[in-house]
Amino acid sequence: MAEAVLEREPAVREAVRRGRVREGLRGYGLIVAMWIRSTMAYRTSFALATLGNAAITLLDFVAIWIMFSHVSVLGGFTLPEIALLYGSCSASLGLADLLMGNTDRIGARVRDGSLDTMLVRPVPVLAQVAADRFALRRLGRVGQGLGVLGWALSSLDVAWTPGKVLLVPVMVVAGAAIFAAVMVVGAAFQFVAGDAAEVQNAFTYGGCTMLKYPPTVFAADLLRGVTFVVPLAFVNWLPALYLLGRPDPLGLPGWAAFASPLVAFAVFLPASLAWRAGVRSYRSTGS
Amino acid sequence: MLLYPAVAAGGFRRYATYGTATAAGVFTNTVFGFIVAYTYIALWDERPGLGGYDQAQALTFVWVSQSLLAAGALIGGGFQEELQERVRTGDIAVDLYRPADLQLWWLAADLGRAGFQLLGRGVVPLVAGALAFPLALPADAVRWLLFLVSVVLALVVSFAVRYLLGLAAFWLMDGSGVNMMATVVSILFSGMLLPLTVFPGGFGEVVRLLPWSAMLQVPMDVLLGVHAGAGSAAAALGFQAAWAAVLLAAGRLVQSAATRRVVVQGG
Repeated sequence: MAEAVLEREPAVREAVRRGRVREGLRGYGLIVAMWIRSTMAYRTSFALATLGNAAITLLDFVAIWIMFSHVSVLGGFTLPEIALLYGSCSASLGLADLLMGNTDRIGARVRDGSLDTMLVRPVPVLAQVAADRFALRRLGRVGQGLGVLGWALSSLDVAWTPGKVLLVPVMVVAGAAIFAAVMVVGAAFQFVAGDAAEVQNAFTYGGCTMLKYPPTVFAADLLRGVTFVVPLAFVNWLPALYLLGRPDPLGLPGWAAFASPLVAFAVFLPASLAWRAGVRSYRSTGS
Repeated sequence: MLLYPAVAAGGFRRYATYGTATAAGVFTNTVFGFIVAYTYIALWDERPGLGGYDQAQALTFVWVSQSLLAAGALIGGGFQEELQERVRTGDIAVDLYRPADLQLWWLAADLGRAGFQLLGRGVVPLVAGALAFPLALPADAVRWLLFLVSVVLALVVSFAVRYLLGLAAFWLMDGSGVNMMATVVSILFSGMLLPLTVFPGGFGEVVRLLPWSAMLQVPMDVLLGVHAGAGSAAAALGFQAAWAAVLLAAGRLVQSAATRRVVVQGG
């Protein structure tokens, strides 16, 4: 009898785990829907905030545009080529920020003790933290990024193949997943370090600022760091270089351009382990 | 008259307690410094002498900007959200009862905050930048002194603009929209995004006359020796002082209009 239970245990645990994922998604959806309803109570304010969100992120592109009023190439890349990098990275970061961006508030929650309430609710903490204060206005950045990406694709002379057509949406979605995993690691780090939300910004916003420019601009050590340590190069550099038919400065093989979804999956494993370790180490301040 | 120095010291100490947040900020400023520095190298390789700077001056611009960013609250932060919140909740009535001037009180507190962030978040990124890149930092003590005066004036101009934003809450109740737009303007027109001397044509000329230019571009030019010579340095500092005076006076006017709107509800 005992053996039978033990034998079945992995299957039972698998079922419980699946149940938790479904429960997490359901909880996430409910919290998100609540925040959207609350935002939509003030529609004008929402419209202005979405426009403002798009405008503030478009500023980086203004900088690039002003640079190109003085030069015709930067790091050997033309304006439409840089727009491809800019648009894809901006759309990916925008998506990750929309879905997971509020995980950086975890430090504040640890400090003020409001994480305690989340721990007693029957929804996984990560789902609650990610959906907390869900801001639909962040669609502004996604829309703006996709707009620039669309302009870049229409101005570039790409030799399209089915593989290259497929690579565009894969690049944006896998890029968002990589950024989301970085956000989860950053949130887990805040359990240890306290209020260190800005460290996360260095990798997400800072990473995206870097990925907007061609890899030829940066020192080789920096490139190795964002390829093999924090694999941000898979967000857009490697797929975009393949689309443009340009070699990778680190000499990675061509199939690396298609590895982004695998890389996204690979970074989610340490991210989820770090997150669990973080939640387990949590000691309430009691306030 | 020791009140305002005490308020400033309080502002300094308050931010000094956020140790991890400061370390995290230093890390982020340094990372951004490296990324922007490489893009500037690419740009100045392509166009040497762009905007009147050589490459070392352009790199100095990057790293000193990163060091001044938090002190000048150029991408937000600082006090205006707190002032707006006090207006929204009605706590502002308590502030108005204090035997202190509202504008001077907040100015002192904000200068204390800025002082901490200048030391806490400014020194390390600049040292990191100086170790990794050839910078054009002056060896001349007078120029550093002029730069410090210019930075203080920049902080006052930045305060004066944000004080107006804070007071806007008396009419708007919710300041988040205004704050966001103000950040957009500040990033673009202060020189944070690109030195204002790189902005093309007539647009560039107008941008260099606006108050945001006094918050970053002018102190940077004082440090880089663009305003060499006593007359030129005096003109640069005078430009900042004039904007400080005009904006502080505007803040006073708006403040008196705003306080007439206060209705104390009691309870």
